[in-house]
Amino acid sequence: MEFLQPSTWTEALGMKAAHPEATPIAGGTDLMVEINLDHGRPVAIMDLTRIAELNEWGTEDGRLRIGAGVTYTRLIDELGDRLPGLAMASRTVGSPQIRNRGTVGGNLGTSSPAGDALPPLLASDALVELASVSGTRRLPVREFFTGPKRNAMRKDELIAAFLVGPAAGAQQFSKVGTRNAMVIAVCSFALAIDPERRTVGTGIGSAGPTPLRAPDAETFIQAELDWDGRKQVSPATLDRFGELVAAAARPIDDIRGTADYRRHALAVLARRCLAWAWAA
Amino acid sequence: MGVGRVRITCVVNGQSRTTDDVWAGESLLYVLRERFGLYGSKNACEQGECGSCSVYLDGTLVCACLVLGGQAHGREILTVEGIAPESSPHRVQKAFVEAGAVQCGFCTPGLIVATHDLLQRVRQPTDAQIREALAGNICRCTGYAKIIDAVHMAAGSR
Repeated sequence: MEFLQPSTWTEALGMKAAHPEATPIAGGTDLMVEINLDHGRPVAIMDLTRIAELNEWGTEDGRLRIGAGVTYTRLIDELGDRLPGLAMASRTVGSPQIRNRGTVGGNLGTSSPAGDALPPLLASDALVELASVSGTRRLPVREFFTGPKRNAMRKDELIAAFLVGPAAGAQQFSKVGTRNAMVIAVCSFALAIDPERRTVGTGIGSAGPTPLRAPDAETFIQAELDWDGRKQVSPATLDRFGELVAAAARPIDDIRGTADYRRHALAVLARRCLAWAWAA
Repeated sequence: MGVGRVRITCVVNGQSRTTDDVWAGESLLYVLRERFGLYGSKNACEQGECGSCSVYLDGTLVCACLVLGGQAHGREILTVEGIAPESSPHRVQKAFVEAGAVQCGFCTPGLIVATHDLLQRVRQPTDAQIREALAGNICRCTGYAKIIDAVHMAAGSR
């Protein structure tokens, strides 16, 4: 196993071009488990923790551009007010030790359907910034995931950052697990309301081959919500929204839960998230 | 050194330490225990679930099993051995003993470091804050009630 340790972003991109097989590591919360338990051995590892740019965030044309190496702890502390949905999801990640190391860049790179940060990114229509020696491209996160633990990255690319607008309205996130900490989601759901554009974004976690949106649920609820009068959502509308979210899921039976349970739980999470967010 | 072998120099508990010929996939926990002889940080789950290898890396609470050895190069590490001199235990360590929060003792070093970190951030934590802060430290003797008592005792809030 070769160990690569670039100290600048330019150097990192050059190394990735020369060693396309190298696996990047930041917080190590996914990769180190693989190595420690001997589930897999990368040919080469590239440590990205020395690259200052990856740990920075700022604003760009009204959007937040957040370096791939910003940890969950920092997201919660520094950006919790602007990205409440992502912060709620970040609080459910592992434990303090894990949140101190884990990054959204890593969650994107691993592309597990259970990645906690991924449903909020879908709900807020975030972009992923990918870079290589040949240039930079920005891809909607909705087009990023291609299968379980697979994504649209090329071998010579690294994740530089993700871009997302500060919350325009209420956001929610909810997750089912066996305890309140240290769990991989049985299923999860994220919601983002934009009262100005009159849109509702959704994201489903752990209930399909990739994190998923629920487009039919979005279309339905955008038409149903009383945007001007802010009237309370009727129980029938909440139920229908939940059904459409559950219908968008493509869950399987596995050690964490059955497909049936996941669909049922998603309908409940979706109803609750919508009711909470609309009342906020 | 051969391909894929790494040299690591870091400051551990205030002392500069160097080790050669580290395998590229080796964890900081392995380096601390097997190369530096610091057995306080325990090796249990090796997947960040149990917290028994909790240490500070540049002042941040982490699981040493999830830090790649090479990532610790040039960094500062504080382990449970560095929390206080052996002759005068830290108030967190004293409180764990006095409250009876130590049973088999395996999870204790990780809990001491995690509690130390909590009390630096929150001087008088509530039960909920303690549970949240120690959620990543598992005690298989299930002595949680006494552990929470010990944290309150160390904080002087009970």
